Amino acid sequence: MARLGHEATSYAPPLEMPEMELVHPKTFIGKYVFSQDAKVIAIQYFITATSIGLVALVLSILIRLQLGFPGTFSFLDPSSYLQHVTMHGMIMVVYLLTALLLGAFGNYLIPLMCGARDMVFPWLNMLSYWTYLTAVLILVASFFVPGGPTGAGWTLYPPQAITPGTPGYDWGIILMLVSLAVFIAGFTMGGLNYVVTILQARTRGMTLMRLPLTIWGIFMATVLALLAFPALLVAALMMLMDMLAGTSFFMPTMIALGEQTGYEDGSPLLFQHLFWFFGHPEVYIVALPAFGIVSDILATHARRNIFGYRMMVWALIAIGGLSFVVWAHHMYVSGMNPYFGFLFATTTLIIAVPTALKVYNWVLTLWKGNIQLTVPMLFAIGFIFTFVNGGLSGLFLGNVTVDVPLADTYFVVGHFHMVMAVAPIMVIFGAIYHWYPKVTGRMMNDTLGKWHFWITFIGTYGIYYPMHYIGLAGVPRRYYAYGETGFIPDSVISLNAAITIAAIVVALAQLLFFYNMFHSYFRGREAGPNPWNATTLEWQTEHTPPHHGNFGRELPVVYRWAYDYGVPGARHDFIPQNVSPDDVETLPEGQEVPAR
Amino acid sequence: MSDTAQSGQPLPAGVDGLVHDWQADQQTFKGVPWAKSMMWIFLLSDTFIFACFLVGYMKVRITATEPWPDAAAVFALPAFGIDVPLLLIAIMTFILISSSGTMALAVKYGYERNRNKTFWLIIATAVLGASFVGLQIFEWYKLIDDGVRPWGNPFGAPQFGAAFFLITGFHGTHVTIGVIFLLIIAFKVRNGALEEERPGFLTKRRGRYEMVETVGLYWHFVDLVWVFIFAFFYLW
Repeated sequence: MARLGHEATSYAPPLEMPEMELVHPKTFIGKYVFSQDAKVIAIQYFITATSIGLVALVLSILIRLQLGFPGTFSFLDPSSYLQHVTMHGMIMVVYLLTALLLGAFGNYLIPLMCGARDMVFPWLNMLSYWTYLTAVLILVASFFVPGGPTGAGWTLYPPQAITPGTPGYDWGIILMLVSLAVFIAGFTMGGLNYVVTILQARTRGMTLMRLPLTIWGIFMATVLALLAFPALLVAALMMLMDMLAGTSFFMPTMIALGEQTGYEDGSPLLFQHLFWFFGHPEVYIVALPAFGIVSDILATHARRNIFGYRMMVWALIAIGGLSFVVWAHHMYVSGMNPYFGFLFATTTLIIAVPTALKVYNWVLTLWKGNIQLTVPMLFAIGFIFTFVNGGLSGLFLGNVTVDVPLADTYFVVGHFHMVMAVAPIMVIFGAIYHWYPKVTGRMMNDTLGKWHFWITFIGTYGIYYPMHYIGLAGVPRRYYAYGETGFIPDSVISLNAAITIAAIVVALAQLLFFYNMFHSYFRGREAGPNPWNATTLEWQTEHTPPHHGNFGRELPVVYRWAYDYGVPGARHDFIPQNVSPDDVETLPEGQEVPAR
Repeated sequence: MSDTAQSGQPLPAGVDGLVHDWQADQQTFKGVPWAKSMMWIFLLSDTFIFACFLVGYMKVRITATEPWPDAAAVFALPAFGIDVPLLLIAIMTFILISSSGTMALAVKYGYERNRNKTFWLIIATAVLGASFVGLQIFEWYKLIDDGVRPWGNPFGAPQFGAAFFLITGFHGTHVTIGVIFLLIIAFKVRNGALEEERPGFLTKRRGRYEMVETVGLYWHFVDLVWVFIFAFFYLW
């Protein structure tokens, strides 16, 4: 009997757990509004996060209009410019990327890929979404209060954030801090569910080392979030106290608008430490799920097992651990003790080791693979490019001496947009094109998808590559207008106009994507249960889209890892995880797998 | 749930057992109920919240330019005509530590399915917790009466009041939430919802005696955090 596949066993361990208790509502509201089904909750997360993300996208275009054509648009004054910058950053990082990658993809994929019927606590999961929605609504409310949203920058640094004169001093900053606290509460409910489901509710045969890397990425990111968000919560509560109760945690003795404020003796540096203790892991909360998802897309569409699976898992864990000891590299110019800079530069550069390992493994997965240039694959390969680009400029900023002249210039803007904005967005698009057939039962249009990819990919380079040059020229970020400034050459002015045009083109290209998504939902080609011939469990469900409870009467049993693609001797070029070695269809001796 | 897990082969002891569990399928923590593992992970997250609070407190205390108020004097309570330092706080700490004892007993009797004793022990825990909160309110009242405010106080650095009210307030909120959950569980024990595995009002999850232990874990955690707050605020 042939034993085909990587460490596949035909042994199925005995069932340890009772069936999950699922609530099966009959009403429309119970099924689609206050639903406890993780898949519905995932779609709710997706719609909310995408909607608020579109607001942030419009804000970014407004920012670019001001920078590209200063003084042309009368509706952009300095205050509203700062407010747009702040809200764009905060929405994109927290309310879009975190919520989309963990709330939407986590909810949809964790139970399906682990072989569970749902999250372990579906009601808590539902509450998590509604708390998140509340946080988003509080944030949106800040656009409509007197004074508008806060304009303190997404880092909300005190003393500026809560000093009179900063836009949004009246209400905006309060609503922002409250919204963050509510978001953290909601995320904690969801995050606990994700972690416990992955650890305690896998199906028979699904060991941790057989989990798809998507789940590993989401798992590590959730652990990071559960340990990093507390710092942000504490910072937000302390700042609320400074704002409302007159305490001086973060506020030094100072004079504002010609008068001495009531504050004395606080420490703005304390806020920066708390904020970045959250802020740096946050980068990896966004990046690790993207790392995991891209691994699965690459393996599936290159018809090749992922290279170095174990090392990929350990690299995720190493990056997660290291991400907690690098936070002060965001604070080299803050006036902290210079010896700290040495320490944090060292740990920062060490992170490059597991990260580079992952990049090598992605490339080696493609090596001699049977690469299918599908739309998800294009986005996954695009991710490797943008991520490597952003990672390399990160090496510049990680070194103290190089960072000092580059700090707070457009070099930084180019760097972090490349590495944690464009790269995860590439993966998110790839993941949507990849899993859309499972969620809706229909394929997205291929031609439109390719147009969407190429315009987005080339366009983002058009936006962010010139920013590195502008940064090297010393142009500071977050400025409303530069006026008559001697050191800024004319080329920067014209580049800024070019960047703005590229940004508008990329933003408009997203209309293709949304049109594709809506149109395919009604008119798309029928997908069938497993259009990509993938191995993981979500493609082996009885129904497409899966019903509440995910699997049929019996949960699947897992016999192998998630990457048995192109196994020599097997009739098909993939063996699903729930196929026992005894049941694999083999080829006669000496015959090769036919090329696709 | 734990019965099915134990029906398999016996687990190897020590580090081998740990490796075995993490290599196994279905559950990483064998036989541990979902709610219990979730509570442990939540408490880890909550530990980070309190750690950030205490580190922030240390930071503002170290960098304060005015002298820090003398805890022994500020927290003294007059008894029989003399100011006894830390008298009130000693009583509060004693009450909270005792409530951990009653909670532990409640968990034991819960697993023995002794409904009556479990109910009364949880009620005792809740009463002790509530009296802790009551004494804390009294302590706040006394400090406010002495002129301590979040933005300043007559004894020294203004951050004293800020950190004190924020951190003890946050802890007191934890205790209050704990008391509410204790009362809910106590009445579930009394009306047999756990024994008969009746579905919960909101979550529709079946009741089970592990709930007593889960809320107990939370209670012990709140108690442990108090030990740290006590050490950093009153003994430093």
